[in-house]
Parts: sequence; C-alpha cells; structure tokens
Amino acid sequence: MIEVKDDWCKGCNICIDRCPVDALEESDKLNKRGIRPPQLKKENECNYCRYCELICPDLAISVIPDEDIKKVEKKTLLSPVGGIKK
Amino acid sequence: MVEVKTAEELNKKFLREGMWPTIFCNGCGHGVVLEYTFWALEELGWDMDKTMFASGIGCSSRLPGYINADGLHTTHGRAIAFATGIKAADPDFNVIVFTGDGDCAGIGGNHFIHAARRNIDMTVIMINNFIYGMTGGQLAPTAPLGSIATTAPYGNIEHPFDICELAKALGANYVARWPVSHPYQPIKSIKEGLQKKGFSLLEFLAPCPTAYGRRNKLGDIKKHWAWYDDNTILIEDYDKIMKYGSVKEKEEVKDKMQIGVFQDIQKPGFFELYDQLMERLKVEENKKREGKK
Ligand SMILES: Cc1ncc(C[n+]2csc(CCOP(=O)(O)OP(=O)(O)O)c2C)c(N)n1
Ligand code: SF4
Ligand code: SF4
Ligand code: SF4
Ligand SMILES: [Mg+2]
Repeated sequence: MIEVKDDWCKGCNICIDRCPVDALEESDKLNKRGIRPPQLKKENECNYCRYCELICPDLAISVIPDEDIKKVEKKTLLSPVGGIKK
Repeated sequence: MVEVKTAEELNKKFLREGMWPTIFCNGCGHGVVLEYTFWALEELGWDMDKTMFASGIGCSSRLPGYINADGLHTTHGRAIAFATGIKAADPDFNVIVFTGDGDCAGIGGNHFIHAARRNIDMTVIMINNFIYGMTGGQLAPTAPLGSIATTAPYGNIEHPFDICELAKALGANYVARWPVSHPYQPIKSIKEGLQKKGFSLLEFLAPCPTAYGRRNKLGDIKKHWAWYDDNTILIEDYDKIMKYGSVKEKEEVKDKMQIGVFQDIQKPGFFELYDQLMERLKVEENKKREGKK
C-alpha cells in the first residue's frame, strides 16, 4: 500500500518517473494546490522497494507492504549511479 | 524507542510540527537532502536534544527550521563560525551545518577553509545547485563553465570551485559528493560523515529548476533530475577509465562530475587536541604547585 499525504505533494512526479517497476500513476483527484498526487496503478506491481518514499522531496509518501498479498515480482528497471551508459 | 519504518513515522519524529510543506519550489532537491539526513540520524539513533543545527542564508539554509531540534539560522556565510561556537561552548553537542554553494563556497569561503584546516568537529552538508537560488539566480562560484545566470547572461567564463578538492587538500577527515537523485549511497555516506570525529564535508548536487534549470534549458523536472545521472561518474569508475580506458572512453567521462567518497581519514580533531592540551597544562600546573609547597 502507498500512502500519500495529498496536500504535501507538489506534483513533481519524480516518484512516478523513478519507480523502478513503473507502478505509479497520477491519480484523478486534485489536491488543494490543483495537483494530482500519485497513486498505485490498478494492477498493483509495486514491490515495496521504498524508492519513491526515500526520494520524494516533500516526504509525502509512505510505503506499507501488504504482507498477505503474494504476487510475482517485476524485474527492476533501476540502473546504478554513474558509470558509462551501455 | 519505537522503530521508525516509514516516512510517516520519520516525519513524526524529526519534523517540526506546522512547518511542512516546505517553501521549496516543485522539483527542488533541498527537501531530499533533509530527508536523507533524517534517515541517517534515525539509523544512528542520535539524541536530538544533543544535536544542533546551524545554517546561513539561502533556500538551502532554511532546512534547520524544519527540524524538531535546536538550530541557529544565522547570517549569510557565517554558519560554520556559529557552529564552531556551539562546539566550543559544549563539545558534547553534535553539530550539523546546512549550507548552500553561495553560502559556503561564496561569501563563507574563508570560514569553510579554516574550519576544515583546523579539523573542527562538525558535519557540513553543502547543497550545491550551481546558483544563488533564493535571490533569483545570480552566478554561484560552483557553476559549471557556460552556465547562464542573471549575472552571467552570456554564459559563465569563471572556472568553478571544486569544494571537495579544497576540503581534501585541507585535510578534512571525511569528504564526499553525491547527487540527490539516488537515495542509498547518500544516506550511508551522511551516516559515515556524522560519525566521523573532526571535519566532514558532504556536498550534494541538487536541482534548482526555478533559478538554474529554467535558464540553462535543462528541460522539465524529469529531464533536469536525469541530468545528474548522465553527468556524474563514480570516482572509482573514473579512475579506472583514466588508467585503463580507451581514448573514446576517456573522452566520454573527462567532463563528468566525479561523485563518491574522496577522503576518509582519521586525523585528530581540534577539540580532541584541545582536551589533550588542557590535560597537559593541568599536569604542569600541578607540578609547579607541588614544587612551591
Ligand atoms: C551579507 C549578505 N549578502 C547578500 C545577501 C543576499 N543573499 C541571500 S541568499 C543569497 C544566496 C544564497 O545562495 P546559496 O547559498 O547557494 O543558497 P540557495 O538559495 O541556492 O540554496 C544571497 C546572496 C545576504 N542575505 N546577506
Ligand atoms: S515525489 Fe512526492 S511531491 Fe513529487 S509527485 Fe511524488 S508524492 Fe508528489
Ligand atoms: S515502493 Fe518501489 S515499486 Fe512501489 S511504488 Fe514505490 S518505487 Fe515503485
Ligand atoms: S529557487 Fe531553487 S533552490 Fe530555491 S526553493 Fe526554488 S528550486 Fe529550490
Ligand atoms: Mg545555491
């Protein structure tokens, strides 16, 4: 489960862009700034890596693993920092 | 002590109530540095009543205001001088300085140099966004050649300051540089810097979409953040390529900004030496007194 403090979100979409398995999308509700905070896509592919939680500039996301739900883990798109692009 | 597992719990523990959300623009990197520092502090389990923050003036220098701990929001460029004062008054305090490239490398440059040289016990977290963000985008001394700023409308012709190289040369105990765009290495590195006795410098490369990105045509927030992935290289990789790489590989990496831990040594800090000096003087004084009896 992803908990977003809607009114803290400024809509940078860094969480959506950088999620290694592309599990997030903009929601259809507007917060008081007129921003669409992120939500998990309908088909939940989140692997609870907590990357979005760590990188949100406004500390707006909390990741809480649903322990009972078992699902296939998607391969990560994450590439290491630095180095040469292949 | 309750174990902190989520950002929600982290906020409750470290954020000063009522101060959030920040004044920072959408896509600004400053908030991320604060968050990484929180996770590092959480992992260390430091007593926040024994931890003090200091900062100068600038967007980056607003950070201590968001933390539920004592802090000094001081004058422009002087954070390190105040931090030295805190440490001198009570060496039991852990002192952390948040500062910007303008605040630390520009107006505060001399304070920085001498605190590093004296190896004063503190951790300086300098957020380098290549610009004076708060005042609307004047050229910072760290801005890469060619950067556009309000005071460099035709492109910067001044060679940028490499603050990590400087700190290294001055013999600071811990020196590291990281972009904010990946969380794991920075959190670990902040932890190492905080634990280190003596002077530690952590430089963060952070986007300022408003005053730097926009003028320098770095694109939207997503592209601006990706700039840091594409234009940095780990120091270990850089060294290997420069030693064994082909001409083409060397050409590719030669202008990238190196990131990583540049120095990790264990020189005695100023206050360690000061304590030893005091001990020595006490012994000598006592000897003199005994002689008089
Ligand atoms: C003595 C003095 N000179 C100039 C200023 C104006 N001033 C305020 S913030 C700032 C630049 C801050 O730049 P930086 O430290 O890089 O912080 P940023 O906003 O980029 O995070 C300047 C020049 C001031 N407040 N005091
Ligand atoms: S990273 Fe944070 S502020 Fe940015 S869109 Fe996601 S939740 Fe909102
Ligand atoms: S926890 Fe990881 S996988 Fe899940 S939404 Fe966040 S970044 Fe994506
Ligand atoms: S002006 Fe730049 S540094 Fe200041 S809050 Fe905005 S993006 Fe951040
Ligand atoms: Mg700056």
